[in-house]
Order: sequence, then structure tokens, then C-alpha cells
Amino acid sequence: MPVESVWPRLEPLLPQVSKPIQYVGGELGAQVKDWDAAAVRWALMYPDAYEVGLPNQGVQILYEVLNELPDVLAERTYAVWPDLEALLRAHQVPQFTVDAHRPVGAFDLLGVSFATELGYTNLLSALDLAGIPLAAADRTGEHPLVVAGGHAAFNPEPIAEFLDAAVLGDGEEAVREITGIVRDWKAQGRPDGRDGLLLRLARTESVYVPRFYDVDYLPDGRIQRVVPNQADVPFRVHKRTTMDLDQWPYPKRPLVPLAETVHERYAVEIFRGCTRGCRFCQAGMITRPVRERSITTVGQMVANGLEASGFSEVGLLSLSSADHSEIGDMCSGLADRYQGSNVSLSLPSTRVDAFNVELAQELSRGGRRTGLTFAPEGGSERIRRVINKMVSEEDLIRTVVTAYTSGWRHVKLYFMCGLPTETDDDVRQIARLAHEVIRAGRAATGSREIKCTVSIGGFVPKPHTPFQWAGQCPAEVVDHRLALLKQEINTDRSLGRAIGYRYHDGQPSLIEGLLSRGDRRVGAVIRRAWQDGARFDGWSEHFSYQRWVTAAAQVLPEYGLDLDWFTTRERDQTEVMPWDHLDSGLDSDWLWQDWQASRSEVEQDDCRWTPCFDCGVCPGMDTEIQIGPTGRKLLPLTPV
Amino acid sequence: MSRRQPPGGQAPVVQRVRVRYAKRGPLRFTSHRDFARAFERALRRAGVPVAYSQGFTPHPKISYASAAPTGAASEAEYLELGLQAPMDPAALAAALDAALSPGLDVLDAVTVSTVVAGSGGSLADRMEASRWRIELPGVEPAMLRRAVAGFEAAERVPVQRLTKQGRRTLDARAAVAQIRVVEPVPEPVAAPSEVTGAPCAILECVVRQVTPSVRPDDVLSGLREVAGLEPPVPPKATRLAQGPLTVQGEIVDPLEADRGRMPTGSGD
Repeated sequence: MPVESVWPRLEPLLPQVSKPIQYVGGELGAQVKDWDAAAVRWALMYPDAYEVGLPNQGVQILYEVLNELPDVLAERTYAVWPDLEALLRAHQVPQFTVDAHRPVGAFDLLGVSFATELGYTNLLSALDLAGIPLAAADRTGEHPLVVAGGHAAFNPEPIAEFLDAAVLGDGEEAVREITGIVRDWKAQGRPDGRDGLLLRLARTESVYVPRFYDVDYLPDGRIQRVVPNQADVPFRVHKRTTMDLDQWPYPKRPLVPLAETVHERYAVEIFRGCTRGCRFCQAGMITRPVRERSITTVGQMVANGLEASGFSEVGLLSLSSADHSEIGDMCSGLADRYQGSNVSLSLPSTRVDAFNVELAQELSRGGRRTGLTFAPEGGSERIRRVINKMVSEEDLIRTVVTAYTSGWRHVKLYFMCGLPTETDDDVRQIARLAHEVIRAGRAATGSREIKCTVSIGGFVPKPHTPFQWAGQCPAEVVDHRLALLKQEINTDRSLGRAIGYRYHDGQPSLIEGLLSRGDRRVGAVIRRAWQDGARFDGWSEHFSYQRWVTAAAQVLPEYGLDLDWFTTRERDQTEVMPWDHLDSGLDSDWLWQDWQASRSEVEQDDCRWTPCFDCGVCPGMDTEIQIGPTGRKLLPLTPV
Repeated sequence: MSRRQPPGGQAPVVQRVRVRYAKRGPLRFTSHRDFARAFERALRRAGVPVAYSQGFTPHPKISYASAAPTGAASEAEYLELGLQAPMDPAALAAALDAALSPGLDVLDAVTVSTVVAGSGGSLADRMEASRWRIELPGVEPAMLRRAVAGFEAAERVPVQRLTKQGRRTLDARAAVAQIRVVEPVPEPVAAPSEVTGAPCAILECVVRQVTPSVRPDDVLSGLREVAGLEPPVPPKATRLAQGPLTVQGEIVDPLEADRGRMPTGSGD
């Protein structure tokens, strides 16, 4: 069936909206394939504005992996801003893809990548604009399957009602497998309709189909159990892990936008996973084990990526880039290759370690120097033991002083507020630390021009982490501590003037907490908030705390629950978590032990250089740590 | 503290090239900033030996001459490049065109004589006026003719524009050297009107480069002011030409002067 482009109807609306170029497509690396020649058609969505969504690695990788299959077509769609949303509604133009401006409702699958829970309301807008019923139960054979992925999909329960399926973990192989199942099912004449397809997907044990699971609750509101309601549907759904990243050198043809986006660079993941074991970090827990890309693959990807994109910046991404076993040779090899070419290289994710400053210096040999950010996360030695961020004050001072004496005049320090067991004093210590940094920096450089910025994020307990049982810190307490910290920084006026202070108030974190650890009953809150106008909840200018509080107050009392029950309440070991049937590989006994160790302020070392501590992932997922060094070096590029 | 010195050693400019390019179809929604970023990347992909400024954050040497507003198409945008190694302008134009998305099209490139630099004036100085073609789908040509007559008869047509600094008033009439309604001829270049069979009036005007600049939108606001013309759908403006303005009201190719001196420059 031919599908018409909505472009003729969209084009007259674009002069009326801000930044129309974001809806036009035509990026370098974009692909428009023949609709009728495709057996399976995916619309891939990043549920935020184009400027945030386009650089997303996950979407770019899957877009390329899928489009490499000859009979598969993948296009992209992003959340439209409220100005265009109003016009689309007024002119009855549906949610569209930017590649060929095809209506999203015409695709076989709508894959949505949730890096954060704050994109949930944008999913609802997109479904509604696409003419897809919000509730999966109301969809028919003519509607796409709505499939969630990304880190937030490790607890998709709050949006279970709106999803047909969710996939946990790495997507490269998962999307191909799903595509194969959909292809066969269509070729066979769609046996048993939509449910027939969903059953086939569910039986792979790596695709979660919420409607095939019933949730029972205890009288006090906690979950009693989550059980499959269909034969052959597994009790637990397992995450996917892509092994041997050298075999998956994506993106090969990066998307290069015309519109301005948040990251204008060729990004290459130098490894996936992290076993540093920071207890607050969901990414580090759910992406285990560590799998490195070799220095030679990284070198090749950077060379190809720059040639294909024309970008002038390269980002070497991972959860803790300096931990790569070949990072030294990689940085000096790349710096050699691109010296004098006006290409800048950056290592965005850095530990508190003087070695990092050396690496950053090596990378900036070519001229352009990027900013330096260090994340001690906690202000006191005590709280850093609680969160397992093994950084001593001495390390931090030495690192920052190295940065100042190497020519950086400004460093950023990142901390969290609202951590489990945190006291006012732990937060006050952040100010003391910042003062020490400036004092030591002034002493070492003899200059009063050095500065640092203290940036504070609110801690949100996340599923599949040792802190999943913790009570979230109430917003008032967070706000009180942030105010204390501000005062404390300015107790010394001379030092205070050299310290910038950036923070957000505690309320948005509480809503993020609701969405992170919520269960299916939170779905009605999301729907209500969306009906009341919630959109782009990750943007402070669009987020309304009051709207969410009102929605929660309208919905949750029906279950005898409230916002606090989902957020500030501490859970005990026996409580069934909404995501317990979703297997990230982490052994829940190990997670609980680690939570207890945290409260006793006992640290846990990294399994890359100490014996395995049995977190459960490798044996459970049949995976292993894949690290170098390979012993190879980057040779100079031969001019073409 | 060891103060950082800006890294030096950027190669000097050995050749200057002036480029004419077009912004067409959907890519007319590219803003000037968007174009500038895309163009810098295209330079790198195309392997054009562009020169860079000195300093901590070296920038490629590109200067733009009065870019068309976002949403307006153009057949006549211009920029000037400084090169650190010589390159044949025709080869440069072809390589850049291939490296840019279809819809951002390089039409011409001419080397500027360094010997007599300055004698022809800067590119921006040559841009005295632009010829615009504005399609108004859903507007009857007769209605547009009446509005144009009213506009021409007026001595001043003050219009308001919302800028970042707030609302400002400018005279749309004074900058307009020529304005007329043209008969729609079948044009393969123009996108088909979304309302098939509906009338589509076409306006052409020559607008002087003044400060503050008068854009096609301002001319349309002027037509609304004098005759209440309210197009039912947003009109589409295309810049057809840009350059020196003759006393007869014609626009001359701004690269003509450079072409005369440097026979290696490519023609259309």
C-alpha cells in the first residue's frame, strides 16, 4: 500500500514555527528507501527535541544497522515542540518521520529509545499525533508495535500500558531478531494477529510484552507477584549484551544535522559497561561487563567518521574513558594523527585522576582545548565511601592542581545532593573542598585568576542499583542543603568569588524518582499529567512540578498510595520490586549486600583488577570482561 | 602559573575565492548559522585547503555577504573563502557541491585577484540590491495588482517587525526599487502548489540593501498595511539575484568584476 508523504501539508506550517530546519530531514547520512520494497519498516523515535535526539548514539546505530538490511527500512522521528504540535493538530497532520515525512502510524514498528524517564509524556504526544491509541490494548493490526528500549526500559512498568513491548540492553542484535520475527509473521499472513506476533516475540525471552504479565498487589499496596498469563512466556525477561564491539563499528555513516544540536561531534564509544561500582549509577550496573573496542578499531572509526561527516570534533565516549586499557596510546596516537588539522579531540567522561589531565593535555596538543570536569560526586570522605566513589581529597586536590598548573584556569566539579545516609555536614563539605581546590590552585600557580564551578545534581534512586531500596531524599531537605551549601561557599568572600555554583532545586528529581521506580499504577499519573499539558519534562522551562503533584493526587489515592510512597519510602529486602521480573543479570542478593555494605561505608573494588565479587552478570548472561591491551599502536594516517 | 599562549602556525591565505550558492526546496529552512556549520563541514569533507584564523579557537576564513532569511529560498547567496593552498575554483565548486546536501548547491566560484585586491570592493559592498520572487498561493493576481499599485503610490509604508530587541518600525517602501506582478509561467523549478488548481499570484521586486534591511516579509507586511492583503498560506520567497544595481534597476552579476581579471574563473 503506498504511503503518502505529509510534506506538502507540513511545508506551509513550517514558516510559522521556531527552528523549522529540525523537521526537514536531509541530513548527511540520512537514508530514504523505497517504501514498497521494504518487508519490515521501523520508525525510530528519540522522545525529545531534535537537537537532543539527533546526536543520540543508540538511535544512530540502530538506524544504520536496520537500513543495512536490504528489505528493511528505518526512519527517524523526534518530539515536536508545542508550537508545531498545535499546528499539526489544527491542520490534522500526523506525527511524521524526518527522513521521508511518512506518517509514523504507517510503520510496522515504532521503536522508542528512553535514555531518561522524562521522555514519557513525549511518547504520549507522539502516539496521539500519530493516531495510535495510547493504550496498547486498544491497538489493532493496523497500528505499529510500540517497542521501548534504552536505559529507562529496565523498568518500563510506569509506561507498560502504552507499550506493546520493551527490550533490555544492547539493541544491535535485538532489532535484527525482532525484524526477523516480524518479517516471518507478515510473510505467513500474520497468523493470530497482533497477539500472535507478540507471543512470538515474548517467547524469545528477551522481549518483554507487558500485557502477558499480571501484577498482583498486597493489601498495603506493595506488589505481591508478577506472573505470566500465557503459556511459554518466561517468568523473567533477560537483557541483551552485544559482545566483541570490534565487530560492530557503528556509527559508520554518522548523521550530520543541518540544525544546531547539543553535540556537534563524531562520537565513538571506546567501551561499553563499567565496573567501577558507583552505587548510584544505573548505567554502570546495567551495562556490565566491560567490553572494550580495540585501539585500532577506534582509530579506524575516527578516521572514517571524520571523513564521512566533516566534523571538527571527536568525542571518545564511555562511562569512564580513562579506564580503557589502551587509553594512553589511543590519545597520543590520535593526537599525532590530527595535529595541525584543526580537529579537536575530547574525553568527556573523566575520573578524578591526574592521569586524566595528562590525557586531556595530550589530546589538546593540536590547539583546541576542551573543558575539564571532575566528578567526586560526594563532599565528604564518608559519603564517598557510601556511594563507592573511591576518590580521596588528596587525589582531588592533586588532580585539580595538575589541571591548573597545566594551563587550565577553570575546572568543573560535579557533586550530588540527596544521597542515602547524607547529612547536612556531608553537603557542607562540598564547600570546604571547593575552597581547598581554590587555595591549592592559587598556591601552585601564584595566580588569583583560577576558578572552579561546583555543579550539583539531585540524586534519584534507580532500579537495578544497590540504592533501589533507598528512600529518596525529600525535596525540602535537598533544597535546604543546597541553600546551606551556597552560604558555606560564600563564608570566605575571596574564595567564594572564584567558585561558581550551579544547581537545580529538588522538586524535579522527585518526579523523576516517581517515574524511575514506579509500577504500572504510575501509568495513570503519566496519562493525567500529559492530558494536563505535560511535555518536554526534561526542560525546566516546560516542566511543572505542580502539574505532576496534582496528577499524582488525582490518581494515586484510589490505590491508597501517594507520591511519597513511591519516592521517599525506603523498601525492605522482601519487597517485590516492579522490575524484579526483568533480568539485568545482577543478582538481587548481591545488590542487597552492596546496599548493606554502603550503609556500613564499606567500599567495593573494580573486578577488572581485583577478583570477581559475584555481581552475577557474567555467568547469568553468559558474557565476560573483554579488555586489552592489544599491544597495537596507531600508525600515522596515509594521505589519500 | 604557565599562561597558555595561543598556538600559532596557521598557514597564511594564498588565494581568495568567491562562491555563489543556492538554498533550495526544503533546505530553504536552513538558517544562516545552520548553513555556516554545514558549509564548514563540507569544506573538510571536500578537502578544500581553507585557511584558519590564529588563536585558541581557530576559525576557517569564510566571510558571508548578506544571507537570505531563514525560510526564504535563494539562487544568489555569496561568500568568500581564504585558502592556504591554491585550488582551481571550478574543482572547488564541484567538490563543495558534492559534499553539501542536495538543496544546498554551489553554482559558481571565482578567484579574486590578490594583485588588485580592494579595487573591486568587498563582496558585501557590491551587494546593493536583491531581486526577489514571491509566490502567494491562494491569492488572486488581480488582488495582488491592486495591492502593489497602492504600495507604489505610497510615499512611505511603515511596517513593524519583531526582532530580538523588541518591536521595531521600518519603512518598507523606500528600499523597494521595483515591484510588479508577473504572470505565472510553468516553472519546473518551483514546487507544485499544495492547493492544486488554486490561484497563485507571483510578485517580483528589487529591494535595495539598506540598514535596517528590508526583507520580503517586510514587503508583504507593507502590502497588508496599504491594501489589507492577507495570504491564506505562508508565501514562498526566492532570491533570484543579488549584486550591484544599475540606474535602470537591473542587478549585475557581482562576480563579473573578478571574472574580468581572472580568466581562470569558471562561468555559469
